[in-house]
Amino acid sequence: MAEQKIDLRNLKAGGFIKERGKDLFTVRLRVPGGRLSVDRLAKIAEVAQKYGKGYVHLSVRQSIELINVNFADFDAVVAELGEEQQKVASCGARVRVPTACGGCEYNPNGLVDTQKSALEVDDKLFGTATGHHKFKVCFAGCPFDCPKSATNDVGFQGAVWPRLEADACIGCGLCAKSCTEGALAMADGKPVFDAKKCIYCGDCIKVCPTSAWSAAKKGYTVRIGGKWGRRPLVGTLYATFVPEERAVDFIAAVLAWYQEKAEGAGRVRLGDIIIREGWQSLLDHLRRDFADFVVAETTAPQVIVNQIPLPGQA
Amino acid sequence: MQTIDLRGVTCPTNFVMAKLELEDIEAGTTVEFLLDDGEPVKNVPRSLKDEGHKLLGLKEQEGYYTLLLEKGSD
Ligand code: SF4
Ligand code: SF4
Ligand code: SF4
Repeated sequence: MAEQKIDLRNLKAGGFIKERGKDLFTVRLRVPGGRLSVDRLAKIAEVAQKYGKGYVHLSVRQSIELINVNFADFDAVVAELGEEQQKVASCGARVRVPTACGGCEYNPNGLVDTQKSALEVDDKLFGTATGHHKFKVCFAGCPFDCPKSATNDVGFQGAVWPRLEADACIGCGLCAKSCTEGALAMADGKPVFDAKKCIYCGDCIKVCPTSAWSAAKKGYTVRIGGKWGRRPLVGTLYATFVPEERAVDFIAAVLAWYQEKAEGAGRVRLGDIIIREGWQSLLDHLRRDFADFVVAETTAPQVIVNQIPLPGQA
Repeated sequence: MQTIDLRGVTCPTNFVMAKLELEDIEAGTTVEFLLDDGEPVKNVPRSLKDEGHKLLGLKEQEGYYTLLLEKGSD
């Protein structure tokens, strides 16, 4: 094989993953939010045909991975993908490509523009070195939470706070019927709202024929400290109704805390640092800039006891 | 008034059937749909509202629901 100089800068950011075979790599592509134009998709197909194995793999985090790429072809792959602005993703201890569901444009459940948020995070924070471990962010459009926000280091979930204009209500009962959380019950022909049970899904707003329900506020519910893998943790609630335009700043604030508190800890994920430092520390840190949105108190990331051996079984 | 019985039809077939039935009905006409409890009564009214029809009322009957709807203009 010809000795070819490789631009090592391409390798630095990651996204090139060693395969079993000699000289062969998987090239992970950057597809924030899992959306890409058909033109880009066609270009990827062309490159995969030319340099890869003839198939691609869709990673569980919405990246397209080119398989069986010879390292000698890296520069050509990067250059040709660049013709359609397709970039290579990252791996290692960095902010990863954010994932997102389809969001609100065409998805009837979507409450917020998850796609826009994912692009903003990708633009501003992608590839930022954490100094410690990987850092995953995702955006769900509503409380159905298809992207599983609580399994990310910072997970966002679209939310809406419903407000009733009683005069506009015709007493049809559809909202109470639609509310799966039992937050609405009909009394004297009008819905009665039990705020404690509301999970901010907005179903009442969507179903009301007279628009008696409307959104008093809208934004993201934020859960922090989740991860999956060998020692899973479920992230816990830190903030509600964070405005869409402040999502990037919010993540940056979490990242700053992580970078500082994990100093010297080695390859440790955010959730484990929260367990070590106490959730109060992170909550206080976030309160400085997000006082209107953080919750009064939370809990530590929830340890999932599903590993081998189970407790008590040696 | 026309009654369209969608009982026993699951989502999303019930919605598609409702849509097809509404195609032959003039805008402004009131129609009654019979819907099963559970997913149908939660999904179909909302989807029909999204399509621009006006929901007038929902009543629980014995074991099912009647949805009153006014056909919207396209
Ligand atoms: S999280 Fe909600 S908006 Fe996003 S895909 Fe799932 S149901 Fe749709
Ligand atoms: S937003 Fe959802 S949970 Fe809250 S009252 Fe409306 S339907 Fe119920
Ligand atoms: S859906 Fe709207 S009109 Fe019907 S009971 Fe609820 S608030 Fe009133």
